[in-house]
Amino acid sequence: MSTGLFIVGLKDALPIALGYLPLGFAFGLLGAEAGLKTLEIVLMSLFVYAGSAQFIAVSMLSSGASNMAIIIATFFVNFRHFLMSTALLPHFRNFSPRVIPLLAYELTDETFVVSTARYSHEPPHQSYHLGLSLTSHLGWISASWLGASTGSALISTEKWGLDFALPAMFIALLFFTLRNKRSYLVACLAGGFSLFAALYIPGNWGVLLAAILGATGGVISEKWIAE
Amino acid sequence: MDSRIVWLLLGMSLVTYLPRVLPLVLFKNFQLPDLLLKWLGYIPTAILAALLLPSLLIRNGQLNIASHNEYLIAALPAFLVAKTSKSMVWTVLAGMGAVMLLRTIG
Repeated sequence: MSTGLFIVGLKDALPIALGYLPLGFAFGLLGAEAGLKTLEIVLMSLFVYAGSAQFIAVSMLSSGASNMAIIIATFFVNFRHFLMSTALLPHFRNFSPRVIPLLAYELTDETFVVSTARYSHEPPHQSYHLGLSLTSHLGWISASWLGASTGSALISTEKWGLDFALPAMFIALLFFTLRNKRSYLVACLAGGFSLFAALYIPGNWGVLLAAILGATGGVISEKWIAE
Repeated sequence: MDSRIVWLLLGMSLVTYLPRVLPLVLFKNFQLPDLLLKWLGYIPTAILAALLLPSLLIRNGQLNIASHNEYLIAALPAFLVAKTSKSMVWTVLAGMGAVMLLRTIG
């Protein structure tokens, strides 16, 4: 365990936690409106810890859906983590087998992209990964608790532009991964398809299919594009 | 706590955890083929672009590429700051600041 690297991870998680604030707050608010108790909302953020699935669960609860329907929807929405987990495997090679199940539990889109962006130029370390993951999760839980317990807007997230924190973070991270012509091609393919899917394909498979298409395009293009 | 919600939390936690943990446990002792590793190397870029583009261009469920889409406009200063500062914190602050400004004047 390296305290120094844990702190670096903690610092890298601050923009993530900032981005989770309006989202978690909104989730807590909607959960309370859907009739969930504050404890239930906090437990969902603790145990499920998957933003989009939690939003879907709350809206399905409000419309009277069955548990089974909500659980199946959750599975489909979160299946993209399967790809991310596989992509993290090479980075986790030297991590302790006892820590890996916890780090897997803490995997989100945001911690995945922040950590892989770092591991492209710095060696992976489990202390860094723990600091990053636990801080982000704590941010998510606190924000949902705030939303659930206030029940009405404490701060105007819209006025302060907080809702743009996550897209802005994705812009920074995407920019950091764009290293050569091939990566631009991958981004255009995946982004374009994802946009198309979001508009015309019902369900939540768009991001997963777009990622598969983009990465496959990148591998195929290695024949024609030198870099 | 309502027992229905307990079951819901258990079920949701399980189907969320399995895709997160299974690759790390199942493939741990395999040497993944080079082609697959190359492919996985493109996954961060692909997932980021796939998450970002719809979040900028689809507002209220509809494609919005007009000048009143403040996300689209704020993306420009965010991109510029990302390019010059190479810092995530400054990029996030620039993006949020731009959205705040656009909402104040608009």
